[in-house]
Amino acid sequence: MRERPAKDFGFDTRAIHAGQRPDPYTGARAVPIFQTTSYVFEDPDSAAAYFNLQEYGNTYSRIMNPTVAVFEERVANLERAAGGVAFASGLAAQAAALFTMLVPGDHIVSSAALYGGSITQLKHLQRKLGLEITFIDPDDLDLWRASLRPNTKLLYGETIGNPGGNVLDIAGVAAIAHEHGAALMIDSTFATPYLCRPIEWGADIVTHSATKFIGGHGTSIGGVAVEAGTFNWSNGRFPVVADPSPAYHGLAFHETFGVYGYLMKLRAESLRDLGAAMSPFNAFLFLLGLETLPLRMARHVENASEIATWLERQDGVTNVRYPGLASSRYRALASKYLPLGAGSIFSFDLPGGRAAGRRFIESLDLWSHLANVGDAKSLVIHPASTTHRQLSDEELTAAGISAGTIRLSVGLESASDLTQDLETGLRSVAQMRAEVTA
Amino acid sequence: MSEPGVPERWQDPFAILGILTSAKTIAIVGLSPNELRASHFVGFYLRRHGYRIVPVNPREKTILGETSYASLSEIPFPIDVVDVFRAPDAVPEIAREAVRAGAKALWCQYNVISPEGGAIAEQGGLRVVMDRCMKVEHARHLGRMHWLGFNTGRISARR
Repeated sequence: MRERPAKDFGFDTRAIHAGQRPDPYTGARAVPIFQTTSYVFEDPDSAAAYFNLQEYGNTYSRIMNPTVAVFEERVANLERAAGGVAFASGLAAQAAALFTMLVPGDHIVSSAALYGGSITQLKHLQRKLGLEITFIDPDDLDLWRASLRPNTKLLYGETIGNPGGNVLDIAGVAAIAHEHGAALMIDSTFATPYLCRPIEWGADIVTHSATKFIGGHGTSIGGVAVEAGTFNWSNGRFPVVADPSPAYHGLAFHETFGVYGYLMKLRAESLRDLGAAMSPFNAFLFLLGLETLPLRMARHVENASEIATWLERQDGVTNVRYPGLASSRYRALASKYLPLGAGSIFSFDLPGGRAAGRRFIESLDLWSHLANVGDAKSLVIHPASTTHRQLSDEELTAAGISAGTIRLSVGLESASDLTQDLETGLRSVAQMRAEVTA
Repeated sequence: MSEPGVPERWQDPFAILGILTSAKTIAIVGLSPNELRASHFVGFYLRRHGYRIVPVNPREKTILGETSYASLSEIPFPIDVVDVFRAPDAVPEIAREAVRAGAKALWCQYNVISPEGGAIAEQGGLRVVMDRCMKVEHARHLGRMHWLGFNTGRISARR
């Protein structure tokens, strides 16, 4: 026997090993970077078998690459999914996941408390591809149910909403979706598989911006979509997944590949056609990130919890929206879905609107002012003037924030240094208020 | 996550790997001549990986270049595995034939779930695998399924 079949290894072990065995040809222990566009076929029959999807084979790196495949399998393994497909960015992963299952006229019910870029993407799809989209308050399960239409094919939300910190009742929304024969897709970027695995609660598709905690060091843009393999795409509501594909001589992907049908379609059609492939080098960096994901996430949530607790005690700070706080309206949901910690991205409000937000950010020295989250370095941003700038005031409110909202992504520095810097910022805002009053 | 009526031992990775590494001849009951059907994908793949494929389909003379037999009992040589692509209610009779034919294992594909058929095969001394795909399990343990980002569940530091 060549090897022992897998037993159920622990999360930390899988974060380091899943998807990779030492390279059989060279013995290389690190994941080799296969920086190649294409692959020499053994013989014409093998080439034909690969293109007919009769054999698992490498043809062209826009569609598959051995380094990227290690990353895909590792995320799929950590998320308890049947498999995964990596993309050039989180938004590319999301667009391809939607492209694989939807046709013009289909309806999506989506949380309104999403990353601004996701809302913008969905609105573009609505306009340009003829999808119908209803954005709702994700906290209200009755609203999810009431928003269903005969043509509703997908329900969509984030594990931890951006930047309002809404924790989604994934099991509740999954039940509503499945009663209706619709799928549930979750963007779990803020939780990572270390803190929450939506598939274990009934989600069908999980997407990540790997750019964030998965990479963890702010070096690379990338994304991934994984699928549980349990949704019945042949329930009569998803013709593009279930019906014969003209691109593959009439192959019916879900019927023929079963558990793997959606994933095959996502790769062999959506990734192939849209072309937003992840580069092998980025996959390598994301794999380095995943190896330390459990260690980093434990520290991220420890620092975030300490800073949120500290902020709540400060004068001139309101609405600290960290779902892990005892005062949070999401505390019960956070205990259920995020028992190891509620992530490290949250927001709070400075009374005084845009001017106060601007002054606060200008006064910081250690927190980096930039448009990203999930870095080892602590990051800060004023959403109303940056990431959520395209949103109207009503949409800002729907997303659970205001003009004076500050979003933090708590990094891995010494927590005392981080609070000290925030204290400087708060003092500066208080001074500004005093000047205005005087 | 096994279906109701499918005991864990019928999906045991050690048993599955044992069958895949020892089998040489595989009778595929319900093998379709249509190259877009799942059974054809499985037969093509297994033949490509060195197994001798024996089609069992009364409506065809040859499939994948091999003589097709009307039933298991008509196969004139020993077979190791009986791989089933038929409705679950056909499985008990196929299991009885597999026992008579001296097969070593009964393998029922995805959704071919028949606790009765599995019990008949097991009592006849066969190993049983149920609600699993022979191609997927080969690709998972011995093949290249990991090249396309599928979760094989395999963890090993061996070269």
